[in-house]
Amino acid sequence: MTFNAAALLLLIAGLALIGWLAGRARSLMLAGRAGAKLHSRPQYHGWYVALWLFAPAAIFLAVWSAVSPGLITNSVLASEAAQGLPAFGFERGAILSDARSVAQGAQAAVRIPAAAPLVKPYTQATHFYAWIGIAAMLALALAGGLYAFTRIRPDFRARTRVEKIVMALLLLASLVAILTTFGIVLSLLFESIRFFRLVSPAELLFGTTWAPTSGAPQPGTFGGIPLFWGTVLIGAIIAMIVAIPIGMMTAVYLTQYAAPRVRRWVKPLLEILAGVPTVVYGYFAALTVAPALREFAVMLGVPNASTESALAAGIVMGVMIIPFVSSMADDSINAVPQAMRDGSLALGATPNETIRQVLIPAALPGVMGGILLAVSRAIGETMIVVMAAGLSANLTANPFASVTTVTAQIVKLLTGDQEFDSAKTLAAFALGLVLFVVTLLLNIVALRIVKKYREAYE
Amino acid sequence: MSQDDLTIADPKMTAKGVDVFYGQKQAINDVSIDVGTDLVTAFIGPSGCGKSTFLRSLNRMNDTVASARVTGTILLDGEDIYAPSMDVVQLRARVGMVFQKPNPFPKSIYDNVAYGPRIHGLAPGKADLDVIVERALVRAGLWDEVKDRLAESGTALSGGQQQRLCIARAIAVDPEVILMDEPCSALDPIATAKIEELIHELRGKYAIVIVTHNMQQAARVSQRTAFFHLGTLVEYGKTTDIFTNPKQERTKDYITGRYG
Repeated sequence: MTFNAAALLLLIAGLALIGWLAGRARSLMLAGRAGAKLHSRPQYHGWYVALWLFAPAAIFLAVWSAVSPGLITNSVLASEAAQGLPAFGFERGAILSDARSVAQGAQAAVRIPAAAPLVKPYTQATHFYAWIGIAAMLALALAGGLYAFTRIRPDFRARTRVEKIVMALLLLASLVAILTTFGIVLSLLFESIRFFRLVSPAELLFGTTWAPTSGAPQPGTFGGIPLFWGTVLIGAIIAMIVAIPIGMMTAVYLTQYAAPRVRRWVKPLLEILAGVPTVVYGYFAALTVAPALREFAVMLGVPNASTESALAAGIVMGVMIIPFVSSMADDSINAVPQAMRDGSLALGATPNETIRQVLIPAALPGVMGGILLAVSRAIGETMIVVMAAGLSANLTANPFASVTTVTAQIVKLLTGDQEFDSAKTLAAFALGLVLFVVTLLLNIVALRIVKKYREAYE
Repeated sequence: MSQDDLTIADPKMTAKGVDVFYGQKQAINDVSIDVGTDLVTAFIGPSGCGKSTFLRSLNRMNDTVASARVTGTILLDGEDIYAPSMDVVQLRARVGMVFQKPNPFPKSIYDNVAYGPRIHGLAPGKADLDVIVERALVRAGLWDEVKDRLAESGTALSGGQQQRLCIARAIAVDPEVILMDEPCSALDPIATAKIEELIHELRGKYAIVIVTHNMQQAARVSQRTAFFHLGTLVEYGKTTDIFTNPKQERTKDYITGRYG
């Protein structure tokens, strides 16, 4: 007997269905007997019972699934058989997990002889807590269902209650995303604080040498400036030089000149471009664009031309961002009222003059917001830079040279065999925190601009 | 009333047998009308009767609607405005337009008025442009209200001021005809009175065509009135005749408020 959450969920769902039918039938019966008119339609009474039956039991199920493994392990450790276990370390964990696998039927026999005496306590504890869990869940379901069932009366406002419960469930769902974000920030923050105990924040933010080594942190090796510069060079400069003009011109063409038939084809195609996985862009950058650029640079006689270059990554990232910029610009230009366009045309302005002098200036705040969002996307982009920009931290303005970015370094720091508490690994979290703060600020500013601008025309 | 009363010796614009279609739907059916140089001509009629559509075909603003198609002849000083040789940009500089809702550009008051002169290259220098802007604002009766804040945004003005700014903007390119598409329908009575006063002052300097829902307004500001119904021109004549002695039953019904 183990605690199978999926099957139990099905069980209470089945009970809820019965509750639904019962609640509905009861409301109809009571109304018929009293000759009164129901306040809410019968199915709301059904839903009321079903929700009261299902929701508390399901929440308990979720909590119990999370808590019971810990309880089981604790009770096993308290048993006599566990007294011979090593006090801590890898062996202890391996023995426990071996015993657990056998107890839960995942494997036929123990692989570590020391685990054998633990199988019995494990099996007992598993059964014990499974029964407690099932009993408590069923009791909750029945109690909830009965409570709701007894409250049914013809004048009972079941609809308002159901709507309130549904609203609470919706709120709960939206809280999941918010709480997750919060959790991510906290985990970043805690690891970053550990890092900043070893290396000062000033060094990370203003130091100019990036050469982290394993072991105790050497002073002057955790300077983030080369990474920040690489990020800015690729994401905010080169990519934007590519994406802004092309994206804007695309938007102008699509909103002002394109026939509806062309627009119907080009817009979805652009959206496909936005849906290409970034790793595919990475291949393209590393295998096609970067070598071509290197040959070009060698031809020009540029020193330090490398097969991994800021330019290759930046150009391909710019291409990736084009649909993003063009769709934001498209929205902004479309949001400029037709009256504005008519007013200009009626004065004898050509379509071209109208676009340059009226539409784009009026759409500019929205476009700026879109560009900031695009920048924040570009600096958070990882795959392309890992594959095409390289991993060597150079502080250079030469776009043909290899540079590295914050995201590429995070990947480098966290991959491979690493101790999880060395300064080198912790640096990844600190870099992540910096990136998070910067993109968050960019997004806030961008959304404010976009919002303010939208209001101006409403 | 004899036919002579209606004849305009030297019409600024002439429409002959004009039809306007939106896709398959015919919005204007065989309209012929003369617009006099020194006169204010009012187009009246119930909503959807085609008066705005017809107005917009006089400066080819219907070109911006992909499905719109105009047949027949419309002449400006004897020149066919739908002829291939006609430059629509030049046409719209000569036939200005003021819209139903004030639509100043999100630029300064000065730049709003200077927009047309700049794109048409009417002012060789800054001083010339200043003169044009001031003259247009004076003519539109807005100068005294805005002369100290020309750098402020045109959208910050009140609705009535915005509409007069749009009139100034149209005047600044020195048009020959000004088309007004229900210019007061978004304004309060005081702002409306100011616009009507302005129309009186502009009369004689420009040929003015005004579309209006408001029959009292048509009676107050115009010398000629055209009554449109269901895409046709039902009756066209001196404003006083239309309102005191309509010849058509439908006109009579409309001005006495039987429908509309």
